[in-house]
Amino acid sequence: MTLSRDIARDAALSRRGFLITVTAAGAVFALAPPAEAAEVYAPTIWYAIDKAGVVTVHVIRAEMGQHVGTAIARIVADELEADWSKVKFDHVDSDPKWGLMVTGGSWSVWQSYPLYSQAAAAGRIALVNAGAKLLGVPATKAVARNGAVWAGERSVSYGDIVAKGELAQQCSAEDLAKMPIKKAVDRRLIGKPAQARDIPEKTDGSGIYGLDAKVPGMVYARPKLPPTRYGNRVEIIDDSACKAVPGYIRTKALDDPSGTVPGWVVVYADSFVAADKAVRALKVTWSGADAERKVSEADLQARARALIADKAKGSLAVEDPGVDAAFKAAGSTLEQTYTTGTALHFQLEPVNALAFEKDGIFEIHTGNQWQSLVLPWLAQALGRKEETIVLRSYLLGGGFGRRLNGDYAVAAALASKQIGGQPVKLVLTRADDSRFDSPRSPSVQTVKMAFGEGGRVTAMDHAACAGWPTEAMAPFFMPKGANGVPFDPFAINGANHWYSVGAQRVRAIENDLANKTFRPGWLRSVGPGWTNWAVESFMDEAAEKAGVDPLAFRLRMLDAAGRNAGAAPNSVGGAKRQAAVLQRVAAKAGWGKPLPANIGLGLATTFGQERDMPTWMACAARVRVDPATGAVKVEKLTLVADAGTIVSPDGALAQTQGAALWGLSLALHEGTAFENGQVKDTNLDTYTPLRMADVPALDIEFVRSTEAPVGLGEPATTVVGPAIGNAIYRACGARIRDLPIRPAAVKAAMKV
Amino acid sequence: MTTFKLNGREVTTKGPDDAPLLWTIRDEIGLTGTKFGCGIAQCGACTVHVDGQAVRSCVTPTGVVAGKAVTTIEGLGGSHPLQKAWVQAQAPQCGYCQSGQIMQAAALLKATPHPTDAEINAAMNGNLCRCMAYVRIKQAIKLAAGPAPQRAAKTGAKA
Repeated sequence: MTLSRDIARDAALSRRGFLITVTAAGAVFALAPPAEAAEVYAPTIWYAIDKAGVVTVHVIRAEMGQHVGTAIARIVADELEADWSKVKFDHVDSDPKWGLMVTGGSWSVWQSYPLYSQAAAAGRIALVNAGAKLLGVPATKAVARNGAVWAGERSVSYGDIVAKGELAQQCSAEDLAKMPIKKAVDRRLIGKPAQARDIPEKTDGSGIYGLDAKVPGMVYARPKLPPTRYGNRVEIIDDSACKAVPGYIRTKALDDPSGTVPGWVVVYADSFVAADKAVRALKVTWSGADAERKVSEADLQARARALIADKAKGSLAVEDPGVDAAFKAAGSTLEQTYTTGTALHFQLEPVNALAFEKDGIFEIHTGNQWQSLVLPWLAQALGRKEETIVLRSYLLGGGFGRRLNGDYAVAAALASKQIGGQPVKLVLTRADDSRFDSPRSPSVQTVKMAFGEGGRVTAMDHAACAGWPTEAMAPFFMPKGANGVPFDPFAINGANHWYSVGAQRVRAIENDLANKTFRPGWLRSVGPGWTNWAVESFMDEAAEKAGVDPLAFRLRMLDAAGRNAGAAPNSVGGAKRQAAVLQRVAAKAGWGKPLPANIGLGLATTFGQERDMPTWMACAARVRVDPATGAVKVEKLTLVADAGTIVSPDGALAQTQGAALWGLSLALHEGTAFENGQVKDTNLDTYTPLRMADVPALDIEFVRSTEAPVGLGEPATTVVGPAIGNAIYRACGARIRDLPIRPAAVKAAMKV
Repeated sequence: MTTFKLNGREVTTKGPDDAPLLWTIRDEIGLTGTKFGCGIAQCGACTVHVDGQAVRSCVTPTGVVAGKAVTTIEGLGGSHPLQKAWVQAQAPQCGYCQSGQIMQAAALLKATPHPTDAEINAAMNGNLCRCMAYVRIKQAIKLAAGPAPQRAAKTGAKA
């Protein structure tokens, strides 16, 4: 194990440290205060049981399509032996007692499972003890089942136990962390079919999203955005034409000490329609950002290539001894460069927030994925303590990582503050949302492999350069590489793969021009969106170089040797499990069977998001290439996933269906480019995500497993692109190294 | 000022007639089930029915619907076969586009009670689902439509 791996692991552990903190916070509340004890029993902060036996689970994750409340509530209900029909959940507002509030990284179920299971186990034990007493039997003779404690045929319901008020079970943080949970064989709800509780309100218009939040007396605001993200100063505001717009109130430049929304100007009006009209009539002159206003996609890519070429640049995220020696001694080597273009989140609900001050508290009503990140920004922007700011939770009209960046909440809060805390509803139009999306940065990657005797792989060197979202917004999350340089782990995950390749080096490089020009974002999967494109395209190229079938080539390296052996609790079995999903997908898709002309089958496999919580994923893409035009039609995607225990089977399938189609969309359908310091495609007239008619056949299978549940929100996203690229090569001989894939590029590559 | 029927009830608006119907419905009348997505009639999140036809309310001036009957997702009643099918198929993910999807599908089924896959694709292709829950949206439409009755033309061809 190398130094950098230890560091990376420590960084991951520090994230787990948040969990411990959270658990400790729970312990503070372990003994419910007397006033509350009369009404509900709350053995930890995570849920409460009332006198009617209704269990309310408190969910700190945002609902953005994953049905996360249902999944977490079922984790609690299963361990608590609750009656599912009496279990509810709420999405809580921000409060320091919840600890880290973030919804991303495919972490929700993975992080919640041990925490909520142990909290529920503590409650169950307390209920059994109290219930047994009421039934006049020793606790060892009583069992909890379906919302009651039973002794033989006699039972007392949880509601009645709570009503009797004899639940004063204390549970220390240490006890909670050691609390044993049920064996997989005893699970009653986890892994069983269930309807998601958030779905009915999403079919009748009653679900309330951030955009739907309102309070009496609120005014509307639309920002006028500066030419680029950073460095623009407002020089002249001319609102003379706005005054002709009925409902126009005023225009103000936002004064933002936090630097979150520099140069933003806000137009206030008595309706969104008026604010929108007035912004169009408004004239603002900005100075500054002269260099950034000229940056193009080609400039960003050129900068990345230059940084990769300079071996002194970047952080050594993986640095095994002997990489250079292995390349020197190699019988042959292969080097290829891969690129990916800028992509937008394009969550369908444009970002927005409602903000006002009331009774000394600043309230922000909005959909957000990372409350713990934006609260300090808000505190700095508003010049007040975090304790006096609260974010109220709403449904998110899509997240995909866009709402990890809470810049819009800061803009709304400042817009309110600047008119004395009056309620302001700030809404971005679609084009504004796209222009100041935190897009997926373009990337450039160079991958090298050394081959020894008999084509054996002896070393691999992967350099990846992109804009770093974590540097831009959460630098405290950045570990240091072997050379002491910090790196964005989310921007390089994937390159530290589970293949045994001999001596391995992974060099993560921040594209400084990207970080200066725009605010790079975490887009569904983040780094694996480009690293897996490079790794898995390269594996097919390397297999050809070695004269080996791409499936056999991969399986040979997925040997679970050394550091790829895996470890409890999250990666038991290691690379063997990745090999298993790959073999399974190959068998299902008919790998090796002859195919008609212009049809190709391509394979790819990944470990999802992070080595610390691998979701083993494999994909076979079947494509048809039109030799005349280079147009690619994906006919079928076959995916096999091993995500450990599947808590909500239907939710897991839905996430994987959606993520796989995202992968297809990012590979073939959508994409944009920087032009004059901003993205050139800002609406659906030119930004073109996948539509229904282009959906291929999907065959998705989950490995039955009782291992620790990991994540499923993102993993299927990044395995699809390289599977398509590899399929195109096998269909027509065109090797594509640039994502997204366009027909002209396929056509051109066919001629080579 | 515009007078029209909204979900069976007569309403008279105070806002400007050129205000998009979407914002009149959402902000003036206060029904927020109809959503704002793109503002250029390319995503379908704002779809409502005007005299039974699916239209994009984000580009429809309020004045245009004077005297007409407008139906929004709230007007579908909650137990429309499509709404039931949407729950049965567990179609929504984030759900933001689903009001528009359901209104578009309702117009489709009214005109074509038993659509083929190609007819569903053609009718629904203008409705973006960014979560890409397309498989289930299509499945829900088929569930709501039920099995197609035997087509007379087919029987005739055999006879």
